[in-house]
Amino acid sequence: MSPRDDEVRRRQRSRAAMMALALAAFVLLMYFITIARMSGG
Amino acid sequence: MSAVTAAAHETPLPAEWRDFVALTKPRVMSLVVFTGLCGLLVAPGGIHPVLGFTAVLCIALGAGAAAALNMWYEADLDARMKRTADRPLPAGRMARQSALHFGVGLSFFSVILMGVATNWFAASILAVSILFYVLVYTVWLKRRTPQNIVVGGAAGAFPPLIGWAAATGDASLLPVLLFLLIFLWTPPHFWALSLFVRSDYAAAGVPMLPVVAGPAATRRRILLYSLPMAAAAVAPWPLGLAGAVYGAAAAALSLVFVAMAAQVHANGSAEPAGMGPEKRLFAFSVLYLFAVFGALVADRWLLA
Repeated sequence: MSPRDDEVRRRQRSRAAMMALALAAFVLLMYFITIARMSGG
Repeated sequence: MSAVTAAAHETPLPAEWRDFVALTKPRVMSLVVFTGLCGLLVAPGGIHPVLGFTAVLCIALGAGAAAALNMWYEADLDARMKRTADRPLPAGRMARQSALHFGVGLSFFSVILMGVATNWFAASILAVSILFYVLVYTVWLKRRTPQNIVVGGAAGAFPPLIGWAAATGDASLLPVLLFLLIFLWTPPHFWALSLFVRSDYAAAGVPMLPVVAGPAATRRRILLYSLPMAAAAVAPWPLGLAGAVYGAAAAALSLVFVAMAAQVHANGSAEPAGMGPEKRLFAFSVLYLFAVFGALVADRWLLA
């Protein structure tokens, strides 16, 4: 692999990691929103 | 030159995630988040902390989405200004279409999440504020009229209204006064800035008031706008919507603001070196808005 390919991979990996974090946060948030709304919020 | 740019555009690297964060103008967001949070906190009835957090998050994401769409549309303009030339699009670190997709996606996400978590009235105002900033301000008026800042101020004035609506499901006089306060605060705030960075806007061809009408007319309008702004800031007290703690703080802070605006009005300097009053007013204006909104929350919570 050329250094350019390495850089592309590195950026894709870090973007995928951020996306995974954001999705996990979203799942958690939806869970807590559901609890809050069910408890008469 | 053209060969180099052609090669750079042939197989662009994927943008870094940090560049997507930069698209949302995170530094502008602090004021949006703070005023939105204050609108939520002074609303009667209270809101579940998780739902309140989500509402403020949605306001922040909506503002970020609007900022991204603004940068998507203004990439050519940003490239011509020193202050903005290093943003992801003009610097060539991101494809233009990525910014568009990100902005549209984030807009829908923030509005739908707001509707699901709180209510659809708040979600509607959030949608209107995004559309207003992108279509009315960025696309329609910014490059056409020196009143662009006045219109842009309306877009920035929505957060307390949205925060209030998220908590109550409606809008009443107090959040409308808070809207008016930010709306009338924005022109003096930005015109003070545009007086001492005038050359930059002139280079990009944006019809900023100092460029079109000259510094004297701009300074007169800064003072002119500060008077109704002060009235809107103090009004909740005599109207019985806030207590004496807020009234005293708002009156004192507004007095300082108007006095500083009067100093700007009296200044005749055309060079940035002689624009001490403008720089002072600009710096104070940010503190002013934080302090007035902070005082409103303190007043509400001290009385409760």
